[in-house]
Amino acid sequence: MKSLAELEEIRRKTLEQISMRTNKNSMRIVVGMATCGIAAGARPVMNALLEQLKKRNVNDVSVTMTGCIGVCKFEPIIEVINPDGSKVTYVRMTPEKAERIVAEHIVNGRVCIDYTIGAAEDKK
Amino acid sequence: MRDLSLHLMDIIQNSISADAARIDIRILVNSAQDELKIEVTDNGRGMDKELLAKVSDPFSTTRTTRRIGLGIPLFRASAQRTGGDLTVDSDKGKGTTVTALLKIRNIDRPPLGDIAETVVNVIAAKPEIQWNLFLDNIKEEFVFDSNEVKSRLGDVPINQFEVLTWIKEFINEAITRIFGGELDEIIG
Repeated sequence: MKSLAELEEIRRKTLEQISMRTNKNSMRIVVGMATCGIAAGARPVMNALLEQLKKRNVNDVSVTMTGCIGVCKFEPIIEVINPDGSKVTYVRMTPEKAERIVAEHIVNGRVCIDYTIGAAEDKK
Repeated sequence: MRDLSLHLMDIIQNSISADAARIDIRILVNSAQDELKIEVTDNGRGMDKELLAKVSDPFSTTRTTRRIGLGIPLFRASAQRTGGDLTVDSDKGKGTTVTALLKIRNIDRPPLGDIAETVVNVIAAKPEIQWNLFLDNIKEEFVFDSNEVKSRLGDVPINQFEVLTWIKEFINEAITRIFGGELDEIIG
């Protein structure tokens, strides 16, 4: 059975061995989590982002959530915001797409063009 | 919405948008009365009487990105389909409480869903908020208090991945212990 005392072990290990999460000079990922996003599957997408960041030990990227981004037909939507404030909007997200975005965009700096809102609108 | 944990996420997002510093989530199962109560209380900016009267109207919303707000009406519809209801109480400047009451054994009741995932995701996204989760089956109550976790963690942030994993397991264990056998979908 889990107990609060285990947190002290996590604390010790984190301080000794694992790099701590910071928000210094870092990218932010914002997940649209209004009714439209949630109904379209935003929660598993957010979960996949957190899992992938954990797996890859990326500790300087924050994942946060916001309300309706305004284009409900493209939900789930995430925005990747660079330290300079520029952003890339990814649409019709799935957990699989989230994994690729962490690997390619977050870790390697290559935007996944085919998942962006621009690519989705060109397909119309 | 497929399950109640997604409705819960939606209501919590409203509290976050209202700039709440503290959000309490209460889930109460009273199987003798056939009642499942889900309540979210925040200390956000609250609503005046005029807005409160309109809150269940899908064509009323405070946001500017779109003109339709479906969160409360959808959750109310889910509750009413089971023979329950949803109420909203609010005081401008003090906060809001949303209470959904559902009949447990009604065939139209959505399953509880992954409450731990909802709670962990909102903590990950908004670690600065004080989160309290209460799980109650009348005989036993479980309390999760993010401030208590933070005080144990010291300098380590609550949204550290290892901590989030621990919180998810901690809450899942409590859900099984408190609601196992009380709700059909949770095996005790």
